[in-house]
Amino acid sequence: MKYETPKARLQVNQNEGLIFEKSSAGKAAWKLPPLDVPEVNTSTLLGAAARKDLGNMPEVSEIEIIRHFTRLSTWNYAIDLGMYPLGSCTMKYNPRVNEAVARVEGIANGHPYQPEKISQGALHILKTLSECLIEITGMDAITLQPAAGAHGEMTGLLMVRAYHQSKGNARKKILIPDSAHGTNPATAAMVNYAVENLKSDSRGMVDIAALEAQMSDDVAALMLTNPNTLGVFEQQIHKIADILHAKGGLLYMDGANMNALVGKVRPGDFGVDVMHLNLHKTFSTPHGGGGPGSGPVAIKKILEPFVPTPVVVTKADGTLGFDYHRPQSVGRVRAFYGNFGMFVRALAYIQANGPDGLRQTTEDAVLNANYIRKGLEGTYDLPYSTPTMHEVVFSDKLQAKKGVRTMDIAKRLIDYGFHPYTTAFPLIVPGALMIEPTESESKEEMDLFIEAMKSIAEEVEENPQTVLDAPHSTRVSRLDETAAARRPVLRWKPGF
Amino acid sequence: MAYPTDRKYTKEHEWIKVTGQQAIVGITDHAQESLGDIVFVELPKIGTDLEAGKAFGTVESVKAVSDLYAPVSGAVTEVNGDLATSPEKVNKDPHGSWMLKMTMKNPADLQDLLSAAAYEQFVAEEAGH
Amino acid sequence: MRYLPKSPADREAMLRAIGLRSVDELFAPIPAEYRLSRDLNVPRQMAESEIVDYFRQRSRENGEGYTSFLGAGAYLHYRPVIIDSLISRGEFLTAYTPYQAEISQGTLQSIFEFQTMICELSGMEVANASMYDGSTAAAEAVMMAVRLTGRRSVVVARSLHPEYREVLATYATHQGMPLSVAGFGADGRVNLEEIEKSIMPETACVLIQSPNFFGTIEDVAAIAEVAHKHGAMLVVSIAEAVSLGIVEPPRQADVIAMEAQSFGVPLGFGGPYCGVIATREKYVRQMPGRLVGQTVDKQGRRGFVLTLATREQHIRREKATSNICTNQALMALMVNIFMTVYGKVGLKELARQNLAKTAYAAAQFAKHGRVLFSGAPRFNEFVVETSEDPHAINNRLLGHRVVGGLPLKKFYPELGNAALWCCTELTTRSAIDTAVGLVAESEGPGRSAREKAGLEEVAR
Repeated sequence: MKYETPKARLQVNQNEGLIFEKSSAGKAAWKLPPLDVPEVNTSTLLGAAARKDLGNMPEVSEIEIIRHFTRLSTWNYAIDLGMYPLGSCTMKYNPRVNEAVARVEGIANGHPYQPEKISQGALHILKTLSECLIEITGMDAITLQPAAGAHGEMTGLLMVRAYHQSKGNARKKILIPDSAHGTNPATAAMVNYAVENLKSDSRGMVDIAALEAQMSDDVAALMLTNPNTLGVFEQQIHKIADILHAKGGLLYMDGANMNALVGKVRPGDFGVDVMHLNLHKTFSTPHGGGGPGSGPVAIKKILEPFVPTPVVVTKADGTLGFDYHRPQSVGRVRAFYGNFGMFVRALAYIQANGPDGLRQTTEDAVLNANYIRKGLEGTYDLPYSTPTMHEVVFSDKLQAKKGVRTMDIAKRLIDYGFHPYTTAFPLIVPGALMIEPTESESKEEMDLFIEAMKSIAEEVEENPQTVLDAPHSTRVSRLDETAAARRPVLRWKPGF
Repeated sequence: MAYPTDRKYTKEHEWIKVTGQQAIVGITDHAQESLGDIVFVELPKIGTDLEAGKAFGTVESVKAVSDLYAPVSGAVTEVNGDLATSPEKVNKDPHGSWMLKMTMKNPADLQDLLSAAAYEQFVAEEAGH
Repeated sequence: MRYLPKSPADREAMLRAIGLRSVDELFAPIPAEYRLSRDLNVPRQMAESEIVDYFRQRSRENGEGYTSFLGAGAYLHYRPVIIDSLISRGEFLTAYTPYQAEISQGTLQSIFEFQTMICELSGMEVANASMYDGSTAAAEAVMMAVRLTGRRSVVVARSLHPEYREVLATYATHQGMPLSVAGFGADGRVNLEEIEKSIMPETACVLIQSPNFFGTIEDVAAIAEVAHKHGAMLVVSIAEAVSLGIVEPPRQADVIAMEAQSFGVPLGFGGPYCGVIATREKYVRQMPGRLVGQTVDKQGRRGFVLTLATREQHIRREKATSNICTNQALMALMVNIFMTVYGKVGLKELARQNLAKTAYAAAQFAKHGRVLFSGAPRFNEFVVETSEDPHAINNRLLGHRVVGGLPLKKFYPELGNAALWCCTELTTRSAIDTAVGLVAESEGPGRSAREKAGLEEVAR
């Protein structure tokens, strides 16, 4: 390694086995209070439904569980340890006050069916967050019910379909740019729309001529990520909206990249009809190793009759309640009201920032991406020179000449103490390196990152094998994904 | 690898070897090469009617899925069960690892397919792009 | 702003390095007419102490300090404190989906253990990690059965959670999946004859819940036999995971769709929860959601990776098994820790306490009101029918800081003045006795109809 990072080394490298391998009969980490009602006879009560055995469930003590999971945790990288520049994922700091307030008794233990008169606190949170998100997006109404971004996409397209249906023709297809996330086409299929690909132009934006040619009465909506997955703001956004609207189509915005816009520009002002937000990206709720997320969908007035039930309303006596009577609603997309715990965190984040903090956050996120772009331009190929917003996409074109691809560079980055960027996406850039620093990185951390990336580029020239074999510093080296997929082992069994 | 001349090829990188009305189908060396390590082959049920040019199954690597296209129309008479447990055979011996056997409906379909030499040229041209 | 690690001088230096004079230039790509020239109308920047105060106040308005008898798909069980201490570790909390296996072994191994334990408890061979919740897991499990059978219609038990039925209806609308509903009998179990009558040659699956929405344990074997006889699959939804400690799992099912909230996930006013799908190995390629598999690294050491990803949206796009991407991983970790804490013996004892409390409560209620569906075994919920509207009873209970059972009229008009009550290991005998006493007041003589009508004004 040319450049030794001063960052702390991780990984105690304990050889921690599976929890089942620690289990032995008679150990326990639980204790129940004495039963204050008469004992029951299980087989009398349950008959044939009585369970005999719990199979290979573990039996371990509390200290073993603490050590087990603590050791496992040391094998993970995390935002708390350093820069996590995954493009399109917005891995920003997850404030701890969010976690604290989500655990306050009445918020953590509120039952979704408790009477409305003792649910005013939760209803107030739902209403306040809704108002904030409507203001931030410049839309007219919102549903908080969807549990994640893709779930929000589905909800949004269900409303699009219901809207067109109410006009007498549900239409047949959704236009999706070739730079889009995989969830977009997968969602369109779930709502039974055909997917039609829309090409990007040489600047990485929607090809307006192609859009005009493809737009027809059969098109229900265009699903557009803006800024798109290249980190490029669609400069012709209003033209795009006009082309759609002229033929009765709707503009759906995938809000995955909203971190580039909050407080600076509002999708509702530039012609968007429906969009989802990712509270686990833009609004700082933790990713937790893959979830939970939350995917509210904000809409213009024309779509309001179709929002999922129930809807929070202010009742005649001034208290808040749920309205279940929405005859044109697309129905429920999830039991209860959505990932409420994420609403609490997102609202706490908005409160901690205020209007000035939200704007500064966006400015810093965009500043950081441009700083990295400037720092690495020349060292890595920049396939699109269009201005960058919150993320920048390079390609491995220069390094590929030495047989080193984006995934290899990504793995080598681990040895320098960073999480890899997003590899091989968007699909329109062969060998993409998609970098989104977010606002949470200091100048010092980014200087280290830029230096690490430059050092890797030098290694590619001088000793590509070091990069090809990376990572060298982790508990395990590259894993055999082919073997895992050919003969899947998806659970532990005794005598492994 | 030289492409055997005892069969025909599609532009979607399948090969087909014909004996009378019967044909066997697989994917080419070029196909397995560009897919990388194959981890799964999904094949139709016996008796399925295939239509020339239409997808009949998929072949998967760890991070990609490719459709398999029928070189000719006809009914499936046998599928290679070996590939269910050992998909790597397609990587090791693509021209020997057949995927399915079929009875051709319309032997004239074969006229639209490429010879070994034409296929080799096609692959070379594709790589040039 | 306290989350932003840059000084004004840093920002200046960075702008200079980029070759710009002002931040505004960074936003030049956005057409000027759309750029916001005012502050957003959101709450002003608040101090941490103010934020904490704000949410404490909301908490006080949100049922803090009430004793609750609500279940119905969301259950209050004790959460061992080590769950929160462990999931609060930044390495779990602030990590992304474990795509980069070498620096995600902690999350990956924990998911592998989760998959294993869900298989042990559910009697299935493979389990994913995870789906959004029990309702969407049920809908996705049904769509999986549709793909596996090549058939399209679905028979749904009316005793399935009503909101799960609503979610399935939403998912099914545009998939061309006709739904038919099979009612329940006097014992609260799904009507087997109605199921058999409803199954058509194009029926992909029968979807039931066990224990069902009324807490009644279904005769899964008999339903499976009927479904399988007609070439349909059986999908079983489990909303109360703790039942698996003492109730035989639905081993005859083809797919199980679970809500694992009971295993250590807070009630949280309805979410985030933890859906799971489990099934047979031979169906795994049609299963949605993430899967972790065991493999080896270059040196032959055991390690774990996300696998069979070709099912998923980022590869197969519009042909994917589902559009799901972000799931409920941190909730799955809570569930994993909970299952590990209680383990083989504890889960059984925990379930037995739930069973005992419920048996006691049902017996007490039976002295004053009518306990419906007593002909079949139940786990930790039961339905009480009263002469008075349960909303009115609940309003009276609220005065004693007790939240009574869920009135069922909204979901099941045919059940009239019935309410769904739930007891867990946390329900004390004295709470049960208090609630029974208050319900008994209304059932006793002397309360006039007019008096009862005066109590109509209540929440929902």
